[in-house]
Amino acid sequence: MRGVPIIGGAAKKCFLKKDTKLSQASETILEMRGIVKKFPGVIANDGVDFELRKGEIHALLGENGAGKTTLMNVLYGLYEPDEGQILLNGKPIHLKTARDAIALGLGMVHQHFMLVQRFTVAENIILGQHSPREPHIEDQKAVYARLKKLSDRYCLSIHPEAEVWTLSVGEQQRVEILKALYRGAEILILDEPTAVLTPQEAEQLLEIIRVLAKEGKSVVFISHKLNEVLSVSDRITVLRDGKVIDTVQASQTGQEDLARKMVGREVLLQVSKNPAQPKEAVLVVEGLCANDARELQTLYDVGFEVKAGEILGIAGVAGNGQTELEQVIAGLRKANAGRVAICGEDVTNASPKEVGNCGLAHIPSDRYRMGVLSDFTIAENLVLQRIGQKPFTRRGWLNWKAIRQQAEELVKSFDVRTPSIEMAAGKLSGGNAQKMILARELARQPRILIAAQPTRGLDVSAIEYVHRQLIAQRDAGEAILLFSTELQEILTLSDRIAVMYEGRIVGVMDIDQADINELGLMMAGGKGLPSCEILETGGAA
Amino acid sequence: MSKSTTTNQERHLPQALVSIGAPVLGCLIGLIIGAFLILLAKADPIGAYQTMLKGAFGGERQITETLLKAGPLLLIALGLTTAFRAKIWNIGAEGQYYMGALFGGLVALYLTDLPRPLLLTLMLLAAIVGGMVWAYVAAFLKVRMGMNEIISTLMLNYIAILLMEYLARGPLQEPGGYLPVSAQFDKVTKLPLLFGTRVHLGVLIAVLLVPVIYTLLWSTPLGFRVRAVGSRASVARYAGVNVEKIIVFVLVLSGGFAGLAGIIEVATLHTRLKGGISQGYGFSAILVALLGRMNPIGVTVAALFFAALIIGAESMHVVYGLPVSLADAIQAVIVLSVLAVDATARRRMDS
Ligand SMILES: Nc1ncnc2c1ncn2[C@@H]1O[C@H](COP(=O)(O)OP(=O)(O)OP(=O)(O)O)[C@@H](O)[C@H]1O
Ligand SMILES: [Mg+2]
Repeated sequence: MRGVPIIGGAAKKCFLKKDTKLSQASETILEMRGIVKKFPGVIANDGVDFELRKGEIHALLGENGAGKTTLMNVLYGLYEPDEGQILLNGKPIHLKTARDAIALGLGMVHQHFMLVQRFTVAENIILGQHSPREPHIEDQKAVYARLKKLSDRYCLSIHPEAEVWTLSVGEQQRVEILKALYRGAEILILDEPTAVLTPQEAEQLLEIIRVLAKEGKSVVFISHKLNEVLSVSDRITVLRDGKVIDTVQASQTGQEDLARKMVGREVLLQVSKNPAQPKEAVLVVEGLCANDARELQTLYDVGFEVKAGEILGIAGVAGNGQTELEQVIAGLRKANAGRVAICGEDVTNASPKEVGNCGLAHIPSDRYRMGVLSDFTIAENLVLQRIGQKPFTRRGWLNWKAIRQQAEELVKSFDVRTPSIEMAAGKLSGGNAQKMILARELARQPRILIAAQPTRGLDVSAIEYVHRQLIAQRDAGEAILLFSTELQEILTLSDRIAVMYEGRIVGVMDIDQADINELGLMMAGGKGLPSCEILETGGAA
Repeated sequence: MSKSTTTNQERHLPQALVSIGAPVLGCLIGLIIGAFLILLAKADPIGAYQTMLKGAFGGERQITETLLKAGPLLLIALGLTTAFRAKIWNIGAEGQYYMGALFGGLVALYLTDLPRPLLLTLMLLAAIVGGMVWAYVAAFLKVRMGMNEIISTLMLNYIAILLMEYLARGPLQEPGGYLPVSAQFDKVTKLPLLFGTRVHLGVLIAVLLVPVIYTLLWSTPLGFRVRAVGSRASVARYAGVNVEKIIVFVLVLSGGFAGLAGIIEVATLHTRLKGGISQGYGFSAILVALLGRMNPIGVTVAALFFAALIIGAESMHVVYGLPVSLADAIQAVIVLSVLAVDATARRRMDS
């Protein structure tokens, strides 16, 4: 997100001699047998067998809530299984805490990184390492040297002296990997590592994973992106409702086959839609300038409009001002100049509440910091913005019956998998939390919807469902502003596409004139149009 | 869910059982450690504890004493419960208590000509305003200047306490007196007593506020927003909650409660403005709110427990003859054990 996006930089510098490749014989390093893990009301893992070989990249695939994260938390010592056994190099092991797992050579990179922002990479890595004695200066030098060596060996291109807050999301993730390697991990667990990355960063990460495997590390890789899974993994295990459906060789399967195994039915990987019928402009943005969190100017003279009944997609490499634009419109960040209007009403620098009253709903890109109250129940989370309105409040009193009733309905129609609407929302699986946010925002029946990374972390069938919903809302006359770093998603949903580069809108085009190559070029800053022309092109939809 | 580091599914005991069992267990452990302290002082622990129990609950008079102590603790802790639910750590209840006593006390000292019901109402309201004003200073500093409320409320405590001592020594000093105390309040400022006991209106007010705070937190949109801010302020802001307004609200509310407690204590017990009118109620109430799990009913139980402990320790000293310091130490050991066991149990349960 920060600084210049690195495109494939690390991977290219790295040359692996083919002959260093280990014989990837079927030497089993780890085995999980009959793992059962129950939570109140759900069996998250129901007799799972899982096997990992030395030097293997083994993907875990499954619907949202299928039990992937739970299985890996069991492996990493975060949960004790109710039944089942884990064998490492043929010997049964008992993990009580993550510390045990680390000591046995396991490493896990969670989806939300656990790094201290103001510390350097090296400080973060040695944090909590050797507690009895203070690290001496000489020690620290040795640490730096070792980190540098590890970073070079696995092509992570991380400087141990860099402070974490200056790093992009992709780099922070590589710091987590480096941390695991530093602690001597032989087995790396990556839980949806690519969900938060730009396609370029994701490609780079996949390359690193390949390097790791060639160097003899074993990797468990969780992802919802079938193409990634197919391209990087040796074997794929599919989970459904906590059970193993199949384990297949990546070379002997395809996207449709995998999707069918995950969901249990055919999945349309493409959603069709009719041409848009745009009406009056709902959201108008003019000459917008704003700063980012570090008070550096990030948005320059941004202007566009979104009409009722159309989807405007904002394409761009992450970190080119999309987050700031999203926040300014939603009332979460101040604009320095320019104007935002919704339905003719000036809402520049209005509060989130005022913007909401004008008919804006917002699916935030940063779902944990913005979208979910983890210790509130699902029912409470589903009425966050509308708590004070009828029917959820009547004559000044909360109407729990109405709150529960709407929750039951939304959970059902959006297929949020949970044993109860009274469960704390933080216990939902990643994808199901996202579905909950979508349900809440769409239920507000907004005039204008900001959908930022709406399908991040969702499985294929949930993506299909959400895409259909967004198109249905568009057809019902809603204006939708879509932010997505997935070009494919932009192309599937948008009626018009605006490209952002370095805080400016460098071009707007209709979907039938969109050309992937040209888009890619514009996203990389290859071609820019002066802003006055953009507004005109934008108007002639 | 990935934040937990240890989980033991055998520990998924019914939540209710743990929340009652843990404090009881903690209390027992505290009593055992206390027993060793008593043995060290060459006294008989059983006898001492019997005196303690009798002192707190042994008869009508003792129970009355306990209730009278529990009143201010409960009242302050209910306010703090609301603030803590929003994760606003008001530790300035002590100072707000003093300011309440001061504002209410001025009414009691100078407006005695008013009809009694009006005088009492005015006195209580003035105390609430006093506590609110003092808390608002911290709220203003936080919302406008971004100053941490823990620091500001703590500092404001000292100012309030010293201000009271200065006034009692200076402008408000009893004419002709030489002690640093104000003139005695008129008899009419005594709060009405209930059912012919020594339990007064102040205790009743505290008890009545239990359901009020409960309803506020769980049955009104305002309470929902308070809890939302406490759960995660950035999400609350995204959801359209005016976070600053909530911060001001909970601080001012908790300040008002503490101020009310201040005048109730002064009007019923001390009947003068002076230093040392609190016995650390404002600080004990923090523990009461936390131990009561920031739940009004739990807070009620915790307030009674604390009051019983204070009264019991007193009679261990007065009746049984243990040194004051030992009685106080035992009290502290019990509180610590209860808090420690409770915190441990809660961590186990959360994971
Ligand atoms: N701590 C918990 N308490 C209660 N239920 C839980 C907890 N953790 C997970 N679950 C439940 O277990 C099931 C499996 O969740 P898990 O997180 O393993 O799914 P997942 O396969 O990782 O899904 P996603 O792709 O959405 O991340 C879900 O129904 C979830 O609600
Ligand atoms: Mg998951």
